[in-house]
Amino acid sequence: MATAAPVGRGARCGGNRVVARLSIYLQGIVFPSPDDSHFAVCAHGPIVERGSGTVRPDQPRPSNFFGIGAYSSTVLFTKYAITPWAGLLVGMLLSALAAVAIGVPTLRLRGHYFAIATLLIGSSVQIVFQRWDWVGAASGLYVPIDRTSPLFYLQFHTSKVPYYYLALGAAAAGYLVVWKLRRSRFGFRLQALRDEPDAAASLGIAIARHKVLAFMISGAMMSVAGTFYGQYVLVLDPERLFSMEISIIVLLMTVLGGSGTLWGPALGAAILVPLSEFSRIWFGGTGRTIDLILYGILILLVCMWRPSGILSLLEERIRRRTGTHEPAP
Amino acid sequence: MSLLLDVKGLTKRYGGLTANAEMTFDVNEGEIVGIIGPNGAGKSTLFDLITGFQPPDAGRVLLDGRDITGLRPDRISRLGVARTFQKLKPFPDLTVTENVIVGALARTSDMKTARDQALESLAFVDLLEKRNHFARELSTGQRKRLELARGLAMSPRLILMDEVTGGVDQRTIAGLIELVLELKHRGLTIVTIEHNMQVIMRLADRILALHAGRRIAFGAPEQVRSEPAVVDAYLGTIDDAA
Repeated sequence: MATAAPVGRGARCGGNRVVARLSIYLQGIVFPSPDDSHFAVCAHGPIVERGSGTVRPDQPRPSNFFGIGAYSSTVLFTKYAITPWAGLLVGMLLSALAAVAIGVPTLRLRGHYFAIATLLIGSSVQIVFQRWDWVGAASGLYVPIDRTSPLFYLQFHTSKVPYYYLALGAAAAGYLVVWKLRRSRFGFRLQALRDEPDAAASLGIAIARHKVLAFMISGAMMSVAGTFYGQYVLVLDPERLFSMEISIIVLLMTVLGGSGTLWGPALGAAILVPLSEFSRIWFGGTGRTIDLILYGILILLVCMWRPSGILSLLEERIRRRTGTHEPAP
Repeated sequence: MSLLLDVKGLTKRYGGLTANAEMTFDVNEGEIVGIIGPNGAGKSTLFDLITGFQPPDAGRVLLDGRDITGLRPDRISRLGVARTFQKLKPFPDLTVTENVIVGALARTSDMKTARDQALESLAFVDLLEKRNHFARELSTGQRKRLELARGLAMSPRLILMDEVTGGVDQRTIAGLIELVLELKHRGLTIVTIEHNMQVIMRLADRILALHAGRRIAFGAPEQVRSEPAVVDAYLGTIDDAA
């Protein structure tokens, strides 16, 4: 729980206009890093809820879906020799269903109560997987090695480069979906209900249905990240898959880069992943959790000086130079 | 003229406080009904009850003969009821055009149609030149017009306006009055909460006067103004407001 403190601190420094709220991630994107214990997951959060003045995940914990994605493909592969590509789709479907199961009962909750409820549900899901013998309980699952058809079984034992392109492809696909979504009727309506739910309702938007749909989409995307992660590390450890840390990293990338923006999460990931890698190199084994401390410091700084995220700094500069008021894409 | 909105005995209590007590009034198609009353008279609560934002403790709301009591706000709005809020609620991080597009999307799922409709609404409220600004950059008067445009983009049958002229400077008020009259001319039915007596006397076909959660008068403007109960409730404030 070392990571809980920094975000808890960050949570209270909201109040400012833009990020006194938090996100429904519409996207989980994977960026692989040299150390396989550290696959970074990048979230995308166009949906942000203004409310009690706190930064909070207005979505079921992302790590739930990350874990579901990883388990779906791996269980299907180990038990039934089904290609992870099919597992990917199954994971997306199961994650979307889980998003409904978690989202519907928690919809009535607001602010801290929502955060507490989803936190507990997240922990419960983790405990279920840790006790569930069929999926390996606490010791998890190993993905059996198969060298016959790399692309079909998503295993590239000679090089890590293919994983990079897989992740890049997933990221690009995720971005395409979000980009399309933001321009769609559904996307406009989500942005509206994020800012002013009452006004949105007065314009015919069914708040609950839209929120649950957003949960489903984001859950499915996060699940994709989980599947690729599972295929990359080849070991599923429920302790790690459903960890708070994954949820926090996703959240942090979004908030750091700029929640509610298209490119903010990518920018956040581009800063956080190298930061964590370099801290590992500089501090070695003794500094295993130093990256988390740095994360905490960063989130504090962002909340204090730039709650709308780093991307908004750049946008402002561009706007000042060109004098236009065109919104960021 | 046919009856569009029929409110019967709406009651809302908050603990010991009765915000609306057996409120009864009706609105004919194509009519402007003004609602007046001192602060805390229950005007905005009445709007919330009609539009589904709060459930009434008793009473009925009929829209075109259909019982809409207790329906969700989005359902009611899809039946053709738009509203603006006293405490303005623009979508701050969307541009002016995007704000209105959200309204237009209530009627169409085609983005191009929605954008065209939004621009038309913006032209109507004279806000076109601000179309690429973020809503948060607008002045209060502009925000009011933005909210109006957003509601109008839904092509509603009935619009409930909560203090369109409140907090707006005198010169702008004349324009807003013209705007509302033009809407009526186009066949829209309007219920408007208004503090400014001069404005309401010019606009309204009928006036509903509230005081402490109760209806104290309902009828033609001249008649309501001379009603003793209204004079009592408003004594000394009529001149101020004007």
